[in-house]
Amino acid sequence: MTAVLPQQRTLTYAEAVREALAQAMEADERVFLLGEDIGTYGGAFGVTGDLVHRFGERRVRDTPISELGIVGAAVGAALAGMRPVVEIQFSDFTAQAMDQIVNQAAKIHFMLGGAASVPMVLRAPGGSGTGAAAQHSQSLEAWFAHVPGLKVVMPSTAADAKGLLLAAIDDPNPVIVLEHKLLYKQSGPVPEEATRVRLGETAVRRSGGDVTIVATGVMVSRALEAAGQLAAEGIEASVLDPRTLRPLDAAPIVDSVTATGRALLVQEAPQTGGFMAEVAAAIVESSAFGHLRAPVARLCGLDVPIPYAPQLERAAVPQTGDIVRRARELVTTW
Amino acid sequence: MDLTKDADAARETLRTMWTIRRFEEAVDDLFARGLMHGTMHLSIGQEAVPAGACLALREGDYITSTHRGHGHCIARGARIDAMMAELLAKETGYCRGRGGSMHIADVATGNLGANGIVAGGVPIAAGAGLAVSLRGGDEVVVSFFGDGAVNEGAWHEGVNLAAIWDLPVVFVCENNHYGMSMSVGKAFKVDRLAERAAAYGIPGVTVDGNDPQAVHDAVSDAVHRARAGRGPSLVEAVTYRWKGHSKSDKNLYRTREEIEAWREQDPIVRFERAVAATLSDADVAACRDEARDAVREAIRVANAAPDARADSLADAVYAGSEA
Ligand SMILES: Cc1ncc(C[n+]2csc(CCOP(=O)(O)OP(=O)(O)O)c2C)c(N)n1
Ligand SMILES: [Mg+2]
Repeated sequence: MTAVLPQQRTLTYAEAVREALAQAMEADERVFLLGEDIGTYGGAFGVTGDLVHRFGERRVRDTPISELGIVGAAVGAALAGMRPVVEIQFSDFTAQAMDQIVNQAAKIHFMLGGAASVPMVLRAPGGSGTGAAAQHSQSLEAWFAHVPGLKVVMPSTAADAKGLLLAAIDDPNPVIVLEHKLLYKQSGPVPEEATRVRLGETAVRRSGGDVTIVATGVMVSRALEAAGQLAAEGIEASVLDPRTLRPLDAAPIVDSVTATGRALLVQEAPQTGGFMAEVAAAIVESSAFGHLRAPVARLCGLDVPIPYAPQLERAAVPQTGDIVRRARELVTTW
Repeated sequence: MDLTKDADAARETLRTMWTIRRFEEAVDDLFARGLMHGTMHLSIGQEAVPAGACLALREGDYITSTHRGHGHCIARGARIDAMMAELLAKETGYCRGRGGSMHIADVATGNLGANGIVAGGVPIAAGAGLAVSLRGGDEVVVSFFGDGAVNEGAWHEGVNLAAIWDLPVVFVCENNHYGMSMSVGKAFKVDRLAERAAAYGIPGVTVDGNDPQAVHDAVSDAVHRARAGRGPSLVEAVTYRWKGHSKSDKNLYRTREEIEAWREQDPIVRFERAVAATLSDADVAACRDEARDAVREAIRVANAAPDARADSLADAVYAGSEA
């Protein structure tokens, strides 16, 4: 029997998100969108685009600048049987809404002994590289991944942007979807159908025997670029993309590190208390520990707010060259 | 509806207020004797607000509640044995011992939860109203909160969303004069908290919160308006908390005389007087006894129930993961 690949064509990451939203709204009356400037304006990053013309102002609902209120309204609507999808214009502004995210959405199912659930999605663009400086460029995934009751995903490709979002909308729990601003215009093959990418499945993006690079968000494409350059030098890298941070699918990471003996963990967020510390712990607490040929290495953003000047901004987060150097060092030193 | 002239309504109102009173007295006592764990916020003295307000609701309507939420839960029709079981850390409690007093709710009666966060329920109520509006339903959401909540950003955001979208929400402020120790006089520049409604272009009224009839009338008007698709309202019910804010309160911020003066305004005593022409003394006594017996039975049933179990905790965090 030959597997029939679902029909694919090339879409940008932003178009893939929009297609997921449209397909989810077509399939389920309960799905609706809430956010600042997501209607006629089409979203600060153009993600919702023309959806308001297709689904109307009731379901593609422009809100006042009121993040706490919007997320609270999504929590209430979810409790009352709807499937809200909130867009927070920049992930930095989730700080305004933290009570509703952390104290309400994440805990209601648990606190009420399972009698209610909060099936909502919060989408927000994160990351640096746009010159927007410290309050519009953060990578806050560790905040959310730390909270039991939330699920957290970081799509790194157009196909995953669609598939993970569809799965997030299906999920009976609050799911934080951290998109990346630099990826919105990146293109890739995306299935036409509403194909789900299951939450909690790490993707192996490239296989190589010398070093395992684990990366999230925009760092995945940089890691793949780095792996290409390393291959030219005779160093074979595996590149793994967890995609879902909570629940983390650690098994493929453990397997890969068991085979390569070396782990390089790459994140854009500042190092201290970051998500890759959790991945490092997952590796050293596992049977991969006995196979390590080198200390587990992290390559992270500097522990500084994201600066404005382009050369400073680049210096604050890992670049492809940094990944190449660090991986080479790991392989040649150990 | 005239709660003092209609015998059934009078009985129901009285029974609800007595049940709240007796339930909380029992809880206070269990706590004092070291038989109950944690902390709790008692609404003794404020019973007229949930009793009068919830009588304006029907099946399918929603409420959001607060840290001082036993009364809302009871007035909405929750089973007090399951409430008592929750407070006594039993598996049969409404939240299976995971929520306790501050998260108690019978979701089946439309109670979307008590809340440990001041004003946390206000935007949630707007969202439940949005769900109703999107579905084209005619249910109404009553959001209970204290005076303290009215100075939280969440309150303003939630009320504004409900106002601009004409959502079917009735915001009920239980102004009991204090947010913990902070008096309303110090925390507000306005005389009446209902004035805040004007800022959002919605009606706001202030009523005697120790009179279930006054609360009922104001909330009923607001509920009718909301059900008819004419948007939210704010009802401020002025009342008083007899007991300390929670278990650690030494009442240093108010005088014994002030508390005594308000105890003279006991909403239950006042209502019993108001129904004297409608209910016989025996009727009134029966309401009181029923409440007492129901609370005793609730304690008995709850005490006999199995303790909440830790072995299922890990599966309790995410919906869809329970065995
Ligand atoms: C956001 C938040 N801040 C502070 C507290 C601590 N706290 C709990 S109840 C309370 C007073 C609330 O006053 P009010 O809203 O008037 O309700 P009341 O206790 O009088 O019923 C405070 C300060 C809290 N739970 N949540
Ligand atoms: Mg108060």
